[in-house]
Amino acid sequence: MKIYSKEIIKHFKNPKNVGKIKDPDGVGEAGNLICGDVMKLYLKIGKNKEGEKIIKDIKFETLGCVVAIANTSLLTTMIKGKKLEDALKIEKEDLIKRLGQPLPPIKIHCSILAVDALKEAIYDYYLKNKIPIPQELKKEHQGIIKTREEIEKKYKGFTIFEEEILRK
Amino acid sequence: MTENKIYLDYAATTPVDPRVTKAMLPYFSKKFGNTMSLHSFGQEAKQALEESREMVADLMGAKPNGIIFTSSATESNNLVLKGIAFANKAKGRHIIISSIEHPCIMESAKWLETQGFEITRLKVDKYGFVNPDDVKKAIKKETILVSIIHASNEIGTIQPIEEIGKICKDYNPPTTLPAEGGAPRVYFHTDATQSFGKIPIDVNKMNIDLLSASSHKMYGPKGVGCLFVREGTKIEPILHGGGHEGGLRSSTVNVPGIVGFAEACKICKMEMKKEAQRLTKLRDKLIKGILKKIEDVHLNGNPKKRLPNNANFWFSFVEGESLVIQLDLLGIAASTGSACATVKLEPSHVLLAIGLKPQEAHGSLRLTLGRWTKEKDIDYVLKVLPGIIKKLREISPLKK
Ligand SMILES: Cc1ncc(COP(=O)(O)O)c(C=O)c1O
Ligand code: FES
Repeated sequence: MKIYSKEIIKHFKNPKNVGKIKDPDGVGEAGNLICGDVMKLYLKIGKNKEGEKIIKDIKFETLGCVVAIANTSLLTTMIKGKKLEDALKIEKEDLIKRLGQPLPPIKIHCSILAVDALKEAIYDYYLKNKIPIPQELKKEHQGIIKTREEIEKKYKGFTIFEEEILRK
Repeated sequence: MTENKIYLDYAATTPVDPRVTKAMLPYFSKKFGNTMSLHSFGQEAKQALEESREMVADLMGAKPNGIIFTSSATESNNLVLKGIAFANKAKGRHIIISSIEHPCIMESAKWLETQGFEITRLKVDKYGFVNPDDVKKAIKKETILVSIIHASNEIGTIQPIEEIGKICKDYNPPTTLPAEGGAPRVYFHTDATQSFGKIPIDVNKMNIDLLSASSHKMYGPKGVGCLFVREGTKIEPILHGGGHEGGLRSSTVNVPGIVGFAEACKICKMEMKKEAQRLTKLRDKLIKGILKKIEDVHLNGNPKKRLPNNANFWFSFVEGESLVIQLDLLGIAASTGSACATVKLEPSHVLLAIGLKPQEAHGSLRLTLGRWTKEKDIDYVLKVLPGIIKKLREISPLKK
């Protein structure tokens, strides 16, 4: 039995939209409560012909497993050029379905990373630009922050370690 | 073994040596008797069983009647912890283990806590060594068992077993030697699953009362293990029944498996010295090469006092599973932490115990060599690994 589907391996081998964006309009970070892994997502926001806000560019970096990488790669290809509201509607189930394989239960958490980091990045963009934040997104943001606090509690020194490295 | 693929996960399990398979074959359909039967079929099986017992005992300097065959090292370890605990609880309910035992010891100990036993988990240093002085300090009147893994399945560190065994032995008043009917004492057990057949073991010289081993880690079949039990040890069985294996392990005896295990022991004994030298050389080439070719990589465990076939690293800014899958795509089978890592996302307790932070433990890679590892395999790993690490680091948000 193969652990991962062809689609997962395809994205894992050649992940799309990997890296950083210089001067991003929004940055989001999310952590996996179980393993402590992290996901960072960068957004550049633009406008379409109708003047609606769209995701002009998106890039990600992760210290995550195969599922985390494949999921996020897939997510970025799905939402590039899409309207912000539409991007926010994507749920982890949509990603899992597209990757064509029921995930082992413990790996579900890894697929939440992508969606969470995206929500955080859009939240960050709204906040920076003083755009009113939808109630739903506010609630989700609180949940993600709480998860990060729990990770910190569970893996004592985790964020400190992360900061140390980022400072280097 | 599959052509064109490089297997570097011998600590997880090994292929069965063709010589072992050959020795086993007659015992499936021709010499299939039940060792408890009185007729000639039974006698034939019984003879094979006893000859096998001698061969296994021989590899650890034990008397044949000290060997109990089990289904695995997991079973042997469960039998030791639970069997010693329940047989000796009148004397005391205190058991000492290390913090880097295999899950089957860790979990058995945890369960015993729910049954009213007290467990001390000894800390280890940055190399994974248990300090014998800590064992000495931890032993008290109520202590009935000390169980320390001989060589770590993850980082390969080899413990000072002889010294720890001596501390346990010396603690026992001379009047309570086990030969005198199993009077209360501190028993010393070692889980030698990873070391048995790879480095010399002598249960008498090393002051070992109980020792666990497993056939599938040494080119024998899966589903066979053994437990050495020193004469006079007070221990209760887990499997009650027809009274096989001296009453300690009832169940019709797995003769083909045991014959295979014994043949595997014989081969290991014959080839141990040369094979250990060969593997040590390959291991050191691998370690030196990786440390030289890749930045921000660290060796887990001690450079010298480690199993001849074990190399374990952590790479900064890299996630272990991604690393293993990348290697697999290039035909190299390796593991991160231990084989159990695929059902558990938590960082390895062994790597945390030697002081790694969770993120560091997550970026770990274990490469374990074996009988069919060639120098060109090591060269191939050294050729492709730097590129894989570079690629994964490019994705990492923690990179410099
Ligand atoms: C040190 C150690 N103890 C125990 C075991 C369990 O062995 P078995 O697979 O025979 O149950 C293993 C192997 O996974 C091991 O490496
Ligand atoms: S195991 Fe950490 S992200 Fe999947």
